[in-house]
Amino acid sequence: MTRGGWTFGLAMLVIVLAGFLAPHVLKNPFYFFAGYVILQYVVIATGWNILGGYAGYINFGAAGFFGAGAYASAFLFNAFGIPLWGSLIAACVIGAGLGLLMGYLTLRIQGVYFAIATLGLVIILETIIHNIPALGGARGMVVYGPPPPGWAAGPPQYMFVLMLLIAVASVSLARWMQLSWVGRGLRAVRASEDAAECSGVPTLRLKLLACAVSGAVLAAAGAPYPFYTSFVEPVTAFSLIIGLNAIAMPLIGGTRSWQGPVIGALLLATTQQIATITISSELNILFVGVVLIAFVALAPNGLIGLVRRKGTEARL
Amino acid sequence: MSRPALSMSGVEKSFGPFRALGPVDLDLMANERLGIIGPNGAGKTTLINCITGVLRPDSGSVRFEGADITALPSFRRARLGISRTFQIPHPFRGMSVVENLLVPLDYIHGVEDRHRRAAEVLERVGLSARAAYPSEDLSQLELRKLELARALVGNPKVLIADEAMAGLSEAEIDEVLAILYSLNEQGVAVIMIEHIMHAVMRFSQRVVCFETGQLIASGTAEEVTRNPTVQKVYFGEQAHH
Ligand SMILES: Nc1ncnc2c1ncn2[C@@H]1O[C@H](COP(=O)(O)OP(=O)(O)O)[C@@H](O)[C@H]1O
Ligand SMILES: [Mg+2]
Repeated sequence: MTRGGWTFGLAMLVIVLAGFLAPHVLKNPFYFFAGYVILQYVVIATGWNILGGYAGYINFGAAGFFGAGAYASAFLFNAFGIPLWGSLIAACVIGAGLGLLMGYLTLRIQGVYFAIATLGLVIILETIIHNIPALGGARGMVVYGPPPPGWAAGPPQYMFVLMLLIAVASVSLARWMQLSWVGRGLRAVRASEDAAECSGVPTLRLKLLACAVSGAVLAAAGAPYPFYTSFVEPVTAFSLIIGLNAIAMPLIGGTRSWQGPVIGALLLATTQQIATITISSELNILFVGVVLIAFVALAPNGLIGLVRRKGTEARL
Repeated sequence: MSRPALSMSGVEKSFGPFRALGPVDLDLMANERLGIIGPNGAGKTTLINCITGVLRPDSGSVRFEGADITALPSFRRARLGISRTFQIPHPFRGMSVVENLLVPLDYIHGVEDRHRRAAEVLERVGLSARAAYPSEDLSQLELRKLELARALVGNPKVLIADEAMAGLSEAEIDEVLAILYSLNEQGVAVIMIEHIMHAVMRFSQRVVCFETGQLIASGTAEEVTRNPTVQKVYFGEQAHH
């Protein structure tokens, strides 16, 4: 492993330990409620960026994967009593499968058509779930999760630590992908598919891999959701704001590296959490929309791009 | 120079109703230096696209070392040892110069020390000083060198240079020729598509000329350039420029 690898691993370890210790310092459970959502968006942004950032395929359907993960775990728990870690694995498998399906159907089309097709995925999934009585239809499903284990201070603290572990796993995966032959191949695909192929890169397979991994991570972000809210229903599980945030956060942070979506998610989700208590949640979408337009127009390479540019200009 | 490395028979490619290429029969012998000339739009790049799998021919077959590769995807052909440059450079933007070379080194197996190999090739094409630069910062000229470096870094058996010298100075043309020569000495078969006649004449053991998708002449450089049809379609056109 490289020096950067050790530093990263150590940092992740410290973050996980801090997450476990935090409930002993912060007594107000609200921080963990809010922290859960912020971390959930770190996972979503990171998952989205594997396909959207590394490979350059803009997926408007993140909410479809998130919702599928949420419904998978709610159903598996209610029907079979499968615990969260089990449904987390199931959600990953379903997300990967959905990603592959989406890839097979849409990867041959490019650019804006791919984006439109992914939007269709959300509508299809939401409609299907609306019409399955076993999944609660439009009314949704109540999920009475088991009490948290003894070491946890309470349900929100427990869910927070769980999402932290998922976030650390997702970010580690995204980092590995970026730095390995996979990421290099995807960047080559993004720059020029023909040149990538002629350099020996199996572009279709690599893109399908990115679809599957991205889908798995997005679904993993949704898996704990029913246990967090004790309830799932189609409108919130497939919410517009999830799909919008999934795109906005990496764009704000920067799509070229694993740090970008993390920074974007931390900034935007924290702002949203503060805004939700101080203003209203409807203004959230408006806010994200405005920020997104601003970044696309003024800083297409995100905050990391802005900082890098400043750096190069200073050196010149 | 006995068995063909590449062998095309009856290769045809149309775009809509317009037939850009063929039918073409053409062999490239192992370790041969083949020059391809012909006016713009003659179908030279289309031929290369059919050889490398960027395009599928509508009919006909392409063989590499005896095996039919007509249906193989591009990346497999690259891994077999068929390499090319693009007429319009296709750098991997968002990557440094050296990382551009690491792409083929990651995916075309067989090179032990990848970073050393990349450095060695950059040295050879004169891009060492640019190794860490983002590829988008390169000049048009440097992009051509990068294109060539990326094509040869994976030790191909066949290298196809599609107008790799366009826009280069005489000294740089000599440099590129020297690189292609030394590759050829190591056993690589080279196809050079070029408008720069003196380079083609010096380099090629055999020259073929294309016009409107057809192979209209084949022979030594001298024979082909003296061919009256070639004179008419090619040098006639060139004279107008
Ligand atoms: N992808 C394509 N779609 C439509 N027409 C094409 C395409 N590629 C090449 N052509 C046409 O095919 C003909 C041959 O082009 P090309 O092979 O690039 O010629 P050359 O390389 O000899 O200059 C030209 O008329 C060109 O316009
Ligand atoms: Mg051409």
